[in-house]
Amino acid sequence: MYSHDVLVLGAGLAGMRAALEAAKSGANVAMLSKVYPVRSHSNAAQGGINAALTDRGDDWTDHAYDTVKGSDFLGDQDAIEVMCREAGQELINLEHMGVIFNRDEEGHLGTRAFGGQRKARTFFVADITGQAILHVMFEQILKYNVRVYDEWYATNLIMDGNRCGGVVAMEMRTGEVHAIQAKATILATGGSGRVFEPSTNALICSGDGMSLAYRAGAPLMDMEMVQYHPTTLKGSGVLLTEGARGEGAFLINNKGERFMEKYAPNMMELASRDVVSRAETTEIEAGFGIDGCVLLDCRHLGAAKIMERLSYIHEVSMDLVGVDITKDPVPIRPGVHYQMGGIKTDIDGRCWDPSGGWKGVEGLFAAGETACVSVHGGNRLGANSLLDTVIFGRRSAIGAMEYANKNNHLDFSESDWVNSEKAKMQGFLDNDDSGDLVAKLRMDMAVAMDKGLGVYRTEDDMQEALTAVQGMRERYKKVVVQDKGKSFNTNLIFAMELGCMLDCAEAIAIGGIERKESRGAHSRTDYTTRDDENWMKHILLRKGAGDEVTKEYMPIVVTQWQPEERKY
Amino acid sequence: MQANVNVRRFNPDEEAPKSYNQEYQVEVDENFTVLDTLIKVREEIDGSLALRCSCRASICGSCAVRVNGHAVLACKTHVSEHLSEDDSVSIEPAGNLPVIKDLVVDLNPFWDKIRAVEPYMQPSLPEPEAEYLAPNDVMLHLVDVMGCIMCGACVSDCTVLEVDKNFLGPAALAKAYRFVADTRDVEDDKRLRMYNAYGGMWDCTRCGECVTACPKGVAPMERIMALREKAMEAKIPTGSYDGAAYGYRHSQVFEDIISHSGRLDETKLVIKTLGLFNIPKMLGLVPVAMNAAFRRKMPPLLHPAVPGVGQIRRIAARISANKRKAAK
Repeated sequence: MYSHDVLVLGAGLAGMRAALEAAKSGANVAMLSKVYPVRSHSNAAQGGINAALTDRGDDWTDHAYDTVKGSDFLGDQDAIEVMCREAGQELINLEHMGVIFNRDEEGHLGTRAFGGQRKARTFFVADITGQAILHVMFEQILKYNVRVYDEWYATNLIMDGNRCGGVVAMEMRTGEVHAIQAKATILATGGSGRVFEPSTNALICSGDGMSLAYRAGAPLMDMEMVQYHPTTLKGSGVLLTEGARGEGAFLINNKGERFMEKYAPNMMELASRDVVSRAETTEIEAGFGIDGCVLLDCRHLGAAKIMERLSYIHEVSMDLVGVDITKDPVPIRPGVHYQMGGIKTDIDGRCWDPSGGWKGVEGLFAAGETACVSVHGGNRLGANSLLDTVIFGRRSAIGAMEYANKNNHLDFSESDWVNSEKAKMQGFLDNDDSGDLVAKLRMDMAVAMDKGLGVYRTEDDMQEALTAVQGMRERYKKVVVQDKGKSFNTNLIFAMELGCMLDCAEAIAIGGIERKESRGAHSRTDYTTRDDENWMKHILLRKGAGDEVTKEYMPIVVTQWQPEERKY
Repeated sequence: MQANVNVRRFNPDEEAPKSYNQEYQVEVDENFTVLDTLIKVREEIDGSLALRCSCRASICGSCAVRVNGHAVLACKTHVSEHLSEDDSVSIEPAGNLPVIKDLVVDLNPFWDKIRAVEPYMQPSLPEPEAEYLAPNDVMLHLVDVMGCIMCGACVSDCTVLEVDKNFLGPAALAKAYRFVADTRDVEDDKRLRMYNAYGGMWDCTRCGECVTACPKGVAPMERIMALREKAMEAKIPTGSYDGAAYGYRHSQVFEDIISHSGRLDETKLVIKTLGLFNIPKMLGLVPVAMNAAFRRKMPPLLHPAVPGVGQIRRIAARISANKRKAAK
């Protein structure tokens, strides 16, 4: 049987950072991913990575305050302090690995402005920062010769009671199913954006890790907090970076007005993402949009600056909607972008509380978008997600190595676990062709979620989405897998991913209905204000043996910033 | 509009697997990319069609395929622009890599080549406390190279790899250039010697297919030429060593012969490049010479100077004088 001290699921930035840390310490570590590492969705982060560098006159507490305020006071302040304090060193680590950050005139790292922050502290590589960091991290993975199970799909966590002892996974090329034993398992499997349509997220973002942990008994936290990014392209919903507005681009309505004046007179286009997305939605609904969109206007930045710093969004705007952003404004609208919620972890990535304060899964760690530490709370600041991946990727590796040093492998029957997963897969293959195709069912779910859990929400709409999603569980059992083969059966994998997405969709809707206030990205027209008296708390959802879901609450950790009115 | 999409398929699960074409009729609109079209086939018509894709926005590098014989990134290519008069388009897996299933190719040979160039920064040590300093224009230049998404389109259409699997290929050499051009990496000499070996920078034939195929404007061939220039500047190889290519010496001898007689004496070129006593290497070229003779392409043994060779010599002298001036 394959066996490792530390096994990392997912090979995006959080996963690779974790694996790298473990490999550098000499641990027996491996990564497993359903795609080659450089295909991961960290690629799509465009604008940059935040860090307060003291030698630039910045202070991590200022970054932390902006993050707390951005989170609408739902973020845990102990975790935010950790992230912002360690940001500078981690940024320098990335540079030392070889990331080609843009520079100032003296050759030091250069910054650009980003939303929701009072200082320019976003370090960047043109508008391909995520790709540039991801590929350099992969260079390091090659340097340290980390074992990678490329194109393997994990279908279940191996559990004994409350303890995780590895995973069962399918090697996609052969269709063979294997157990991989691990003393500690780190989930770094990314977000669940495909639960919605449209979405900026890649097709692989199906919430697999969240679902695996949830089914194994770990709680999901604050799942209702789904970020709508203000600038996603008309039609496909592909992302156009906030860096465009950071460089000075305007948002305009059909009258040519910079409408953000009405909603955020100080920060204008650089208010927090939830604020800008709501403003756009309000404008569009009031009839000031154009064909369901408003416009992002980059023209005044000049072609030279656009080609140097925003060349990728120039490329996709041209390719996908035929607009040359140096000459014309491009139609955009708010689109689902990021899951602030996720698997509840502590600041070292643990999905359980060693002191017993809350129940989770021992031996399991999580980092990056799949986790909820929580540093983003109700709304993530732009360029804090790349930071989150590297900070908590590294920390979870340290936690996992410590756990692996103190604990033995779990004893289990390899064949029992493999056979039970094979039987589940065979179940899909045995379905006749009377049911729904996978894509049809996903689309029905994703459209229902878009309708019920949009930028503005109400009890009735969310309930309707929840009922629809729960109703799809029966249809899901009969879902049609046309490919009956073994090798590279992507059809079967999509069917399994859809199961994960249904778990996430349901949790998002339940969390949304439960939180009876408006906070961060969760904006309700039936509870229009933030209710600090009753809702300064996280919502934890736990899956029972059947389909029932139980709710728990945890207080928000406040260290130095009391809730205040949030204005930009 | 309806497109007739001809997909090259291959199913390894069959007993005696053979590739074959399958045609799908797909309703597409003007903005449909090749990827949108293939996804529509997979989602609505035939779930058994295998292809890799993820981001839909030309950043993840998953979906390189051949459309009408040329490698493209499926998500960046509008299908309407590639339809023939009868609204057909042919879609095949990327070339130069073994097919696993349908449009999914085995990328292990691709990653092996990437690994072979020591693809990680090797800066001066110990690391400084803060960042390594680097000029912004160097970093901006590197953004264009780091724009490589490792999709393999260049490798698919490389005409050298078609005949010589040992060639590192355009993607790996572009990656190699990223380190040589990075002022923070201090191993240029080691790297240039490494890339100077058989299968390295001198094996590119400058056909330009990789430049056409690259969806991100990385222009791998130009990076390979830039590597050659750096190797020339560094006069690599300065001595002979195992497996070395003779690119630098080849060009020096080439220049000498032309400036002496005004025309290329290919026999002399080989002997002078390899060295008169490099018998094993020259024996290795015997089959090439025999092939050439067989096809009546043997160069003449006697090479009289061209008429007016004095003028050519004056041009050569002027060039080397300019070079000396520039070097100062």
